[in-house]
Amino acid sequence: MRARNTSSIVVTALAWCAALTVAFPLLWALLTSFKTELEAASFPPQFLRFAWTLDNYRVVMADGDYFASLRNSLVIAGGSSALALLLGVPAAWAMAFAPTARTRGTLLWMLSTKMLPPVGVLIPVYLFYRDWGLLDSAFGVALLLAAGNLPIAVWMLFSNFRDVPAEILEAARIDGASMLQELVIVLAPMALPGLASTFFLIFTLAWNEAFWTLNLTSVDAAPLTAFIAAFSSPQGLFWARLSAASMLSIAPVLVIGWFCQRQLVRGLTFGAVK
Amino acid sequence: MSTIVLEGVTKRFGDHLASDKIDLVIPNRGFTVFVGPSGCGKTTLLRLIAGLEDIDTGRLLIDGVDMAHTSPAARGLAMVFQSYALYPHMTVRANLGFALRVAGRPKAEIAERVERVALMLNLNLLLDRRPAALSGGQRQRVAIGRALVREPRAFLFDEPLSNLDAELRAQMRFEIRRLQQELGITAVYVTHDQAEAMTMADQIVVFRDGRIEQVGTPLEIYRAPANQFVAGFIGSPRMNFLGGPFALEHHAATIGIRPQHLSLDPRGALKATVETIEHLGSESFAHVRLESGEHLVARCAPELELSPGAAVGLLTDDRFVHRFDAEGQALPVGVASIRTKAAACI
Repeated sequence: MRARNTSSIVVTALAWCAALTVAFPLLWALLTSFKTELEAASFPPQFLRFAWTLDNYRVVMADGDYFASLRNSLVIAGGSSALALLLGVPAAWAMAFAPTARTRGTLLWMLSTKMLPPVGVLIPVYLFYRDWGLLDSAFGVALLLAAGNLPIAVWMLFSNFRDVPAEILEAARIDGASMLQELVIVLAPMALPGLASTFFLIFTLAWNEAFWTLNLTSVDAAPLTAFIAAFSSPQGLFWARLSAASMLSIAPVLVIGWFCQRQLVRGLTFGAVK
Repeated sequence: MSTIVLEGVTKRFGDHLASDKIDLVIPNRGFTVFVGPSGCGKTTLLRLIAGLEDIDTGRLLIDGVDMAHTSPAARGLAMVFQSYALYPHMTVRANLGFALRVAGRPKAEIAERVERVALMLNLNLLLDRRPAALSGGQRQRVAIGRALVREPRAFLFDEPLSNLDAELRAQMRFEIRRLQQELGITAVYVTHDQAEAMTMADQIVVFRDGRIEQVGTPLEIYRAPANQFVAGFIGSPRMNFLGGPFALEHHAATIGIRPQHLSLDPRGALKATVETIEHLGSESFAHVRLESGEHLVARCAPELELSPGAAVGLLTDDRFVHRFDAEGQALPVGVASIRTKAAACI
């Protein structure tokens, strides 16, 4: 009993250490965002004993167009994720429940596209977008990010769907459900946790995506990544403001993650099949 | 309430021939059981009938109409799966009414039909529960109820009892049979358990390697197995097989004799040593080894006290000796005596 207590204390301590290590940069940025520029740059840094201020947030909100960037980020991340799911769900469904000899190869090929460095196709994509008038358009970026995240979405949905017993879908088919009814009334509710976690992952990836968003947008479609970037260059580095801008950019994802949490952990399939 | 006829039904999975030109009549209102070892093609054939797999060649007639390429729903058959396959996110009520709901039936009619089936299966107090909150037996009843609500032309059962414990299995076996007889619905039932086949079937179909080995009533198959495979598969404990001089005596390559037709008797021509005795209470089975090395099982009286190592004699009841040729096909009964006479004439 005692040994168990000791080991559980050690494990808990290790878990906290790991969590703090991962969260440290974020927590540090959070603290920095409440400091003055002078305190932010001072060495040795002050941990908690500094003059807390909201000035950075005020300056950031006044200087940059936070809400326009936020709207663009929401449109780009939300739009690209919705589009990726719209294409990914039927694709993963087909591959999970009607696999052929080529299914495995297709999946690997899809994944292999993620191994290509994006900069390799920057010029062709840029020229294509210029000619088609898609530069600096939220729609254009959403389209590109949807394509980029599609392999991840299909992989995640595929492994999730594979956990759904095929017999349940067959039962629905015998019961007379059409393909759409089978997908919407039977599969989707059972795969809801998987759908939610897939959506959340590709949403976050699109939200954080900084290569395409910085290269393909300038003013009208600039999302929060561009908003942050704007604070890093012109007048040198302003750590405190930069931190405040980062915090403002992260906040929406945290809120969405919080709402998805319930779905992420819900195991609906339990008890369907013995 | 349908007759299902299969004509030359063939199905391949790659190189594997899962159904090899199957011809079969599944009679109206009858209880037909597909039985065979795992991988023999019985479940595949059921899925072909259900429409869950596509038939490569051949015809599937349901009430005279070829439905080999009709969608599963349009065939009007209902299936009960081994895993029950209940919709986990729906209540029992919604599970039972699902087929009617997707068919667009009016709500009042759905409620009424669900209620009626729930009463029939003692599910009326569980209607608002989800499958996760039900016991194995209750889930099984919901699965059967879901099939019943549709008033199908035939029931298809895919090893529906294999996830239940022995006691519940025996009870459900009886329930399913009673329900089928009351409603007079054609049923096709797949199992690998020969006892289930013997107790439930009007007609047994024995499968091996994608082919039908024999079709008949349980007693026909038990009394006159078409070949050595069927003889060994149906009946428990399984039939004893003997080759060599004993078979030659009966003018066969192999003879088969069931444990109850083999009695322990010092006068018996077969000399053996007892290995173990299995006591079942009402009867006992002696596992013995012949001097020639063959292992046999003989039924004996439970009062008999035998210890391993004891020497015994075995007497065969010649009326019940099954004879097989070198290919394992059954030879006609009574030929042995005719041949003996013929030999005498020459």
